[in-house]
Amino acid sequence: MQLSLGPVLYNWAPERWRDFYFRIAEEAPVDVVSVGEIVCSKRAPFFTEYLPDVIERLEGAGKQVLLGSLILVSLRRERRQTEELCAADGPLVEVNDLTCLRSIRGRPHAIGPYVNIYNETSATFHVQQGATRICLPPELPISSAAVIAAAVPEALIEIFAFGRVPLAISARCYHARLHKLSKDNCRFVCEKDPDGLALKTLDQQEFLTVNGVQTLSHACTNLIGDIAALREAGIGSLRLSPQDCDMVEVARTFRDVLDGGRSAEDASGRLSELYPGVAFANGFLRGQPGFSFAQA
Amino acid sequence: MSHSSAVSGPLPTIPPILALAIRPLPLFPLQLVLSGFLQNILRRNPGLLDRLGEHRRARFGIKPVDLPFAFVVEAAPPRLLVVRELPQNLDARVSASLANLLALVEGRVDGDALMFSRQLGIEGDVEAVLALRNAIDDAGLDLAGELASLFGPLGGPARRSFEFARDRLTGSPGEPR
Amino acid sequence: MELICPAGTPAALRSAIDAGADAVYCGFNDETNARNFPGLNFSRDELRKGIAFAHGRGAKILVAINTFPRASATALWQRAVDDAVEAGADALIVADIGLMDYVARRHPNQRLHVSVQAAAANPDAIAFYVETFGARRVVLPRVLSVAEIAEIMRETRCETEVFVFGGLCVMAEGRCSLSSYATGKSPNMQGVCSPASHVAYEETGRGTTSRLGGFTINCFAPQEAAGYPTLCKGRFSTALGDGYIFEDPVSLDATTLLAGLRSAGVAALKIEGRQRGRAYIESVVRHFRRALDTLEDGSEADIVSLTPFTEGQASTLGAYRKTWR
Repeated sequence: MQLSLGPVLYNWAPERWRDFYFRIAEEAPVDVVSVGEIVCSKRAPFFTEYLPDVIERLEGAGKQVLLGSLILVSLRRERRQTEELCAADGPLVEVNDLTCLRSIRGRPHAIGPYVNIYNETSATFHVQQGATRICLPPELPISSAAVIAAAVPEALIEIFAFGRVPLAISARCYHARLHKLSKDNCRFVCEKDPDGLALKTLDQQEFLTVNGVQTLSHACTNLIGDIAALREAGIGSLRLSPQDCDMVEVARTFRDVLDGGRSAEDASGRLSELYPGVAFANGFLRGQPGFSFAQA
Repeated sequence: MSHSSAVSGPLPTIPPILALAIRPLPLFPLQLVLSGFLQNILRRNPGLLDRLGEHRRARFGIKPVDLPFAFVVEAAPPRLLVVRELPQNLDARVSASLANLLALVEGRVDGDALMFSRQLGIEGDVEAVLALRNAIDDAGLDLAGELASLFGPLGGPARRSFEFARDRLTGSPGEPR
Repeated sequence: MELICPAGTPAALRSAIDAGADAVYCGFNDETNARNFPGLNFSRDELRKGIAFAHGRGAKILVAINTFPRASATALWQRAVDDAVEAGADALIVADIGLMDYVARRHPNQRLHVSVQAAAANPDAIAFYVETFGARRVVLPRVLSVAEIAEIMRETRCETEVFVFGGLCVMAEGRCSLSSYATGKSPNMQGVCSPASHVAYEETGRGTTSRLGGFTINCFAPQEAAGYPTLCKGRFSTALGDGYIFEDPVSLDATTLLAGLRSAGVAALKIEGRQRGRAYIESVVRHFRRALDTLEDGSEADIVSLTPFTEGQASTLGAYRKTWR
């Protein structure tokens, strides 16, 4: 089973972002790393400067690099960027919106968790278009994932296994709205929250996380106790989504369990030390409310 | 065209003096008449039970907020009780003015709109209430005459109250704003 | 521009057509459509009769089969497609790419509309659906301004349909798992958002509290206007303050933008609300019929307020006027 690292979803300082990937390249036992600003096109220019170095380091360390496409493409500038991304020779593109398909079809590509693949017929369609890896939508239960994995054995099926779950994308920026700023003049206030902005219920119950135009769960997905079931379901890769914590250690912890060197229970305890104060969740896998958590 | 803009306006309620006059009346005769009425409706509209689906056995408490009594209604088997106070063992409770409840039953007001303007209260199994509302809305019931007759000597005022409410809610042609 | 109206029941379908709908959209009474609510929607027989009623009055019926089929149960969705085609549906509204593929192969002459749930938000995505499945119309997501719609129309020959009234998703449609995070049931999979089965209202001293899956979504003071207990229109608490973080409880009302939408080249205007009662259908459809007729013949519009039907008793132009940009 592969381990993959999803793209950084938050607005980290560019140098920090670069150093994060440099360290991942050197130390993290992951096979695949998806990079690129996929949440907000306004943030992208900050990372462009460092992107070639990051790709080079990661590939130099033997990791496969995926370049993620923007999740919601509407502006002319965003369409042009997406088209250039799909046209370029280089790392495999991870398609996060169907906008890419028109130009990328017929060539190998990966599919990210933002594309709606809920069943075997749509998975088959995407594989026919050239998809070689598919990270399934996080809300999909394992029963569906197993059917899909069996239907497209030629593609590698990935599951979102660690991190706050992306739940929604909007044209509107909620960081800007909270700071009483317009989207065009947002002053990049989302950079103040490298792990997102906590949103609680009126009863102060932890609930969601705001990340600019994206909304994520508060709870952190943790499928480390479900690895046996995921293997049985034919899942070929686990996606770890970067949080503001030691992701190298998170990757090591998952790797230890995959290699049989650590019990899931022990590993789960380690994860809660690495990412303290955040509840775990795995409900989506069981067709339960996504926030719920059941020990395997 | 006054129909839509009138929906959120103050709705006619049963005048307190009338409510007071009804209070001492025995409930049993009313219950007898309404039970027959309910059975009749269900017999003539089999689609109602189909749309209620798994909620056909739910016990609904219906509270007209401007009347001194309430109803407990079950669809299958059809049963209707008239009570002074709603009991505890209900699946859901619905409360609104009599005019709004009647308009809802006739599909003359939109349930969601009443919810938004806080003229309709729901507690308990919201899904059961939704099924009931959708089933009734599709059935296209007409209650005006029959309801008035149920009020016996008070049928006149009740009917006028109902018709006034209906006109305010749905804007009959010629009705001044 | 065509006026496309919702119907959750046969009675609502008749109301919509009597009130002036050019077309009515509806769905089967199961998980194959995105308004899979209790007591709502059409049996096969009801759909056949509804289509006969509509065709007898020169109106069309569009059948929404716009959830994403459950793995290993795709036959249920394919049967819905076959049955809708056989019943004489004028178009199918589909979101899932596998199901569109099925429609295009099995029923190549059937008119196919791309559901708003497919979130085709730009000319490239639209072109993909047109070239791949022969889609004839795309229902645009509610994330676009009128200017952006006009720009799309300059680059596509595909018909577009836009929402002009009703419930308003503030998140990109078909790409939102907020509901399933709290309840386990989602628009994409079960065809429900914030399902009634998981909603609880509680009367307290402060007013009415609404909860979804145990999470407090809102608390309304006794006389305060309310909205649906949907997550994106709930009141929440953050370090920067409490309130409506995503959107207030409001409904979309684009009555004042009809001329702009027509100049943009939009083919059809859609009213949301298959879950609403006949009274809503009748009033809202009549309102837009009148607004469209006055637009066509250039007469003075006699526009009345639809505010009573709106969430929070308030309306917005939504993304059509991006005041927040």
